[in-house]
Amino acid sequence: MSVRRNNMPGFRLTLGFTVFYLVTLVLLPLSGLLWKASALSPAKFWEVVASERALAAYRLSFGASFVAALVNVVFGGLVAWVLARYPFPGRRFVDAAVDLPFALPTAVAGIALTWVYSEHGWIGQHLVPLGLEIAFRPAGVVVALAFVGLPFVVRTVQPVLLELDPEVEEAAACLGASRWQTFRRVLFPRLVPALVAGFALAFARALGEYGSVVFISGNMPLRTEIAPLLIVGRLEQFDYAGATGIALALLVVSFVLLVGINAAQAWTRRRTGEEP
Amino acid sequence: MTLFCDAIAARCTARSVDGARLHDTRKAPRKQTLSRRTAFAAALALAVLCGLASCDGSGSAIILKNVSYDPTRELYTEINDAFSAQYRARTGRTVEILQSHGGSGKQARAVLDGLDADVVTFGCAADIDVLAKRGRLLPADWAGRLPHASVPFTSTIVFLVRRGNPKGIRRWEDLARPGVAVIAPNPKTSGGARWVYLAAWGHALRASGGDEAKARAFVTALYRNVPVLDSGARGATTTFARNGIGDVLLAWENEALLFTRRRATRDDFELIVPNDSILAEPPVAVVDAYARQHGTEAVARDYLAFLFSDAGQAIGAKHHYRPQSEAVRARHRDTFPALTLFTIGEVAGDWAAAQAKHFDEGGEFDRIYQPGRR
Repeated sequence: MSVRRNNMPGFRLTLGFTVFYLVTLVLLPLSGLLWKASALSPAKFWEVVASERALAAYRLSFGASFVAALVNVVFGGLVAWVLARYPFPGRRFVDAAVDLPFALPTAVAGIALTWVYSEHGWIGQHLVPLGLEIAFRPAGVVVALAFVGLPFVVRTVQPVLLELDPEVEEAAACLGASRWQTFRRVLFPRLVPALVAGFALAFARALGEYGSVVFISGNMPLRTEIAPLLIVGRLEQFDYAGATGIALALLVVSFVLLVGINAAQAWTRRRTGEEP
Repeated sequence: MTLFCDAIAARCTARSVDGARLHDTRKAPRKQTLSRRTAFAAALALAVLCGLASCDGSGSAIILKNVSYDPTRELYTEINDAFSAQYRARTGRTVEILQSHGGSGKQARAVLDGLDADVVTFGCAADIDVLAKRGRLLPADWAGRLPHASVPFTSTIVFLVRRGNPKGIRRWEDLARPGVAVIAPNPKTSGGARWVYLAAWGHALRASGGDEAKARAFVTALYRNVPVLDSGARGATTTFARNGIGDVLLAWENEALLFTRRRATRDDFELIVPNDSILAEPPVAVVDAYARQHGTEAVARDYLAFLFSDAGQAIGAKHHYRPQSEAVRARHRDTFPALTLFTIGEVAGDWAAAQAKHFDEGGEFDRIYQPGRR
């Protein structure tokens, strides 16, 4: 977006607030992070950040977050579609339930999910005999992250669906498009930017998630240990520099990924002719 | 939250609110109004901040902040009530005790970073040493200021097994047997878990006459039997008791006693007492720097002294913590099983040495999980 001459009133006031807000809430703590991490020598930093355990933890954190966000794009998109398109009894209840993962303390979610999916739980007791173990496996991490990420996708896609003008679909039908063609050519392209945005939010949220995952993952080094757990482990040793080193690695990679996702979003928007 | 997300969605989709149209129709702002409004907004922000900062206003009651570790919630609830009543009867003044609970190490960091605790009641001496050494919040010889090296109650690590003890677990050695699933929390993230680890290490060291290689082999075999490393002791208890994972839980004695005595759970679990285990000594201390600042030094000292009094010791025993007082212990002899208790000094030097050797990065515990040793 290019900087334009702005004639809107309140520009300086709102910009001032924005800067104040971002500095105190985001930039100051982040520069603190950088400053703490700078206590490490480059060699030591590399040793902390690129140790085998740390690498395994990044793989799990990024991999599980990616899969969970992808699952959410599919199923969260579906939930949004159902909520936006079909009136059915109890819709408002379902609509409210989607927000629960926002409100529920994540530790509670983690304990409940672990209980349900572990060997003797309601779902786990049917899956484990089939060889499908979820709790204390990477799959469990994906389940927990899918749980915390769901509302992000639903809440980004739903308003877009609601705003779509039915007349456009009617026009498509009048021009002879089949239902599938209408969906694929008319509806879906309009949804892509929202789906990508939902994906980015769910992914970013999942990367930092700690509370629910530590209960369901089992925390076994090299196998089900997430990167935030390594950070907490370092803090327990009063190794602030090491902890911030890992945090910084996590942050840089997430930032690069999010910038990439935003670029993809801008690209899809241009492609679908949404950009003015 | 919904609003927030709608806003984000709006950012990425709703084009109608964007730029040009609005820009053209509005007039340029007047300079004067702007600056006055800026000043008003700044004042408002300041007022809100001040309001937030000063919300811990207090009445006439003395406020005492006790920052403690996780499993002591119920214990200190009762202690606080008893102490308040006693203090009011003695001095006519009301004292209100604010409790904070969390992982011992996490709580120590919070105090170090400025949580103004009048007293700390932590899981291990190292966490108070940190306050003395890194924060200079209390003198380094804090442990000598109260009887029993400032440890009002002790505890130990025992085994909790399922009803009927199907795997026949009697001794420490049984935990390292193939096919036994042991539930223990992660020493990297939990203070209680460090006691568990040191109990196993100490037992093996003593059993082998001080052979470290044998102790290492034993704890390696034991932790290879751990399918889930929970981040805290309560998490491990949940894994074992609620989720039904594992054959044996390495538990705090007070928690294990609670489980085998409470009606809801006493038929499901059995307590197994090994021949020896570690003497866990969770210490207490007045944080001089903050107590002085609050003017609560005297009442803080009274509060901790109360823990060592017969009344305080009896409450501890009721919550299955081993009391220091001979008289109280004699009254609860049936509660606490007899076993040989060794101290951390006997098996690992002191906490700082144990931390460096076993739990720091690349220490004994990390070596169990090195890829080559799987």
